[in-house]
Amino acid sequence: MTQFIDLTLSGISNGAIYAAVALALVLIWRATRIVNFAQGAMLMITTYIAAALVEAGNPYWLALVVAVAAGLVFGALTELVLIRRVESAPPINAVIVTLGLLVFLEALAGMIWSDTPRAFPAAFSIQGYEVGHTRILFSPNSTFIVCVVALVALALGALFRYTSLGLKLRAAAFAPEVARLLGVRVGRMFTIGWALAAGVGALAGALVAPSTFVGPSNFDPILIFAFTAAVLGGLESPLGAIVGGVLIGLVLSYVSGYEGEALAPLAALAMLLLTLMLRPTGIFAASRERRV
Amino acid sequence: MLEVQDLVCEYGAIRALDGVSLQAAAGSVTAVLGANGAGKTTLLRAISGLKRPRAGRVALDGREITAAGVEEIVRLGLLHVPEGRGVIAELTVAENLRLGALARGARRGDGIEAIYELFPPLRARRSEPAASLSGGERQMLSIGRALMAAPKALLLDEPSLGLAPLIVAQIMGLVRELCEERRIAVLLVEQNARSALSIADHALVLDLGHVVASETPEQLAREHELLHAYLGY
Repeated sequence: MTQFIDLTLSGISNGAIYAAVALALVLIWRATRIVNFAQGAMLMITTYIAAALVEAGNPYWLALVVAVAAGLVFGALTELVLIRRVESAPPINAVIVTLGLLVFLEALAGMIWSDTPRAFPAAFSIQGYEVGHTRILFSPNSTFIVCVVALVALALGALFRYTSLGLKLRAAAFAPEVARLLGVRVGRMFTIGWALAAGVGALAGALVAPSTFVGPSNFDPILIFAFTAAVLGGLESPLGAIVGGVLIGLVLSYVSGYEGEALAPLAALAMLLLTLMLRPTGIFAASRERRV
Repeated sequence: MLEVQDLVCEYGAIRALDGVSLQAAAGSVTAVLGANGAGKTTLLRAISGLKRPRAGRVALDGREITAAGVEEIVRLGLLHVPEGRGVIAELTVAENLRLGALARGARRGDGIEAIYELFPPLRARRSEPAASLSGGERQMLSIGRALMAAPKALLLDEPSLGLAPLIVAQIMGLVRELCEERRIAVLLVEQNARSALSIADHALVLDLGHVVASETPEQLAREHELLHAYLGY
């Protein structure tokens, strides 16, 4: 029983990371109908920036803020420079561009920072809480991760729901041409969408780095799990991404806890396959019928 | 006053508009009639900036808008209600309306009460997604949303499409009323010539990108051959 609770808690904390990256994928999918395969590589770069700052003796919190700011800028630039050119092209073009960006960024990181992973500090202790006489996996830092991701999700939800910017972002995502005809600068909304997504991704990268270490391809599994979470949530719904992320976190935690860590990636892929076979629109898809 | 002069539009080698001119005064309804492929929708898209014209000029209240971006044209007060009503199904009725107010840089929700007065069914459904509306309600919503932007000129693309005759008459009556009350220049594209002519001050017949007739609805109604040839009467 203790093990079950232990695995559940650490599953939620890992799931929060997958949820945040899934949220980044969903934000971009909703805005531009593109799956950003470079999301993992983008957050890898911003986490390297944070790591470099910490190594240079700067405080952790400054590094965290700079990483998120770098993510915002990086996302906006990616949309303006690369994605803008393929937005009206066939979807395969965008897939190739984001895959190309992934390969390019991982190679670039290897050239600049070498392939040897480096450590990144955690905000709080990663020593698990002591419950009775056993030490569980869930630590003060896990609490921090879960709270930060929950706050960011709530803040984004409020932005989309209650602000003019959010309304314009949603209008541009759902019906770009109609939005343009109402004076919405759709291109700018796409840029903001990419910026927000990459910012959330950067935050997730810095939060997970203490356990994955920072290396050119160290965040690849995160992207796979996050992608599974996003598909599970329907790719369309931010709430779905959060729930999907936590769900994946739990399943992976149980599988690695009871069966062994080597099976975790397989379990994620099995979940992806099952979702696509049984409920391709995801658990949260609002499959409302559209009348014209 | 909306002025269009010698507008030419091409899709590749196909010339969709071949020198179309028209004038729509504030407070008047100008009907643009014609069969499928006559260039009606292209005309509206060229005016609102969605489609770059190859030649010609468009002016709103004397100000040239031919080269302006869609968003800028909207801000100047020209609103285009596209065919198929263009409501954003995923947003609620109120959100759709608020989007219209943002077009004129107003605070969200400014003037929304006036729209509910005008279209009472929208008030009852204001927190529901626009996807749940009937065809007539959607048409009300898209016109109401354009009104939220306090337009000087309104382009309506086939507002009668797929609506029951009674609803069509209702919508047309409202368009006429709004046009006069708010001094809006209305450009009404229709295949349903009869209902469009019933509220129009002036009518244009397009065929393959050419204006083949430009006269009052009364004159047009007398030209049976023209109506038969181009509008299928």
